[in-house]
Amino acid sequence: MSETLPVAAFWILALASLGGAVAMMATRNVVHAAFWLLEVMLATAGIYLLLSAEFLALVQVLVYAGAVAVLTLFTVMLTLRRREDAVREFPVAWGSMAIASLFTGGILLVLARFRPALAQVPETIPGVEAFGEQMFTTWALPFELASIVLLAALVGAVWWTGGEDL
Amino acid sequence: MTIGLAHLLTLAAMLFGIGMYGALSRKNAVHVMMSLELMANAVNINLVALSRFLTPDALTGQFFSVFSMVVSAAEIGLGLALVLAIYRRRRTVELDAIDELRG
Repeated sequence: MSETLPVAAFWILALASLGGAVAMMATRNVVHAAFWLLEVMLATAGIYLLLSAEFLALVQVLVYAGAVAVLTLFTVMLTLRRREDAVREFPVAWGSMAIASLFTGGILLVLARFRPALAQVPETIPGVEAFGEQMFTTWALPFELASIVLLAALVGAVWWTGGEDL
Repeated sequence: MTIGLAHLLTLAAMLFGIGMYGALSRKNAVHVMMSLELMANAVNINLVALSRFLTPDALTGQFFSVFSMVVSAAEIGLGLALVLAIYRRRRTVELDAIDELRG
């Protein structure tokens, strides 16, 4: 009735996403950082596939790896006046690193303390069909609200960036 | 060995920590936005993993994750629009240079 997740695939994807995130912080070029973020997003889509969330993997590739990556690169290119501005030294910010390490350490400590020992996942889970059905019945109201949020964001973005009288 | 819920939660926590370091330390506004996306991504991994292990039939975590993606897409769109508006007015996106409200 139950199965476990493929071990090798998980480690490859985990290494890919963590390595990409570290490289994103280590690189001195902001354009390279945008591409490393793209790599992390693609690895995350793989993790979603591993967790049998096919629809989410698709959305992840379309929205994050597609739209957000293009938007980020677009803004990077528009806000750099010279090519040399993209590359700059990042001294290690010890204060920020201490805060982030403390936060992560706290979470890991709690995880180690409570030890969610779940390793078995149910073999049969609802597929994309059930997902769509629930989306438009149980979650119909949040779905409509989400479209209003997106519409407001669209109008706001056009309003802020466009117009002559800024 | 088997891959359990703890592995996925640990991965998400580490991604969140790296994103937090970037969001706190970077001086370029676009770089900060990218780090925020990394953090949102880690949260989504958590939601999907918990949904898969705890309530696989209800798919609740997956729906939460979809709506979280909607909000973070709106956030990145508006954030980058703000960055562009600031750039048009100030000719810079360095966060150190935007300090009118500093006390």
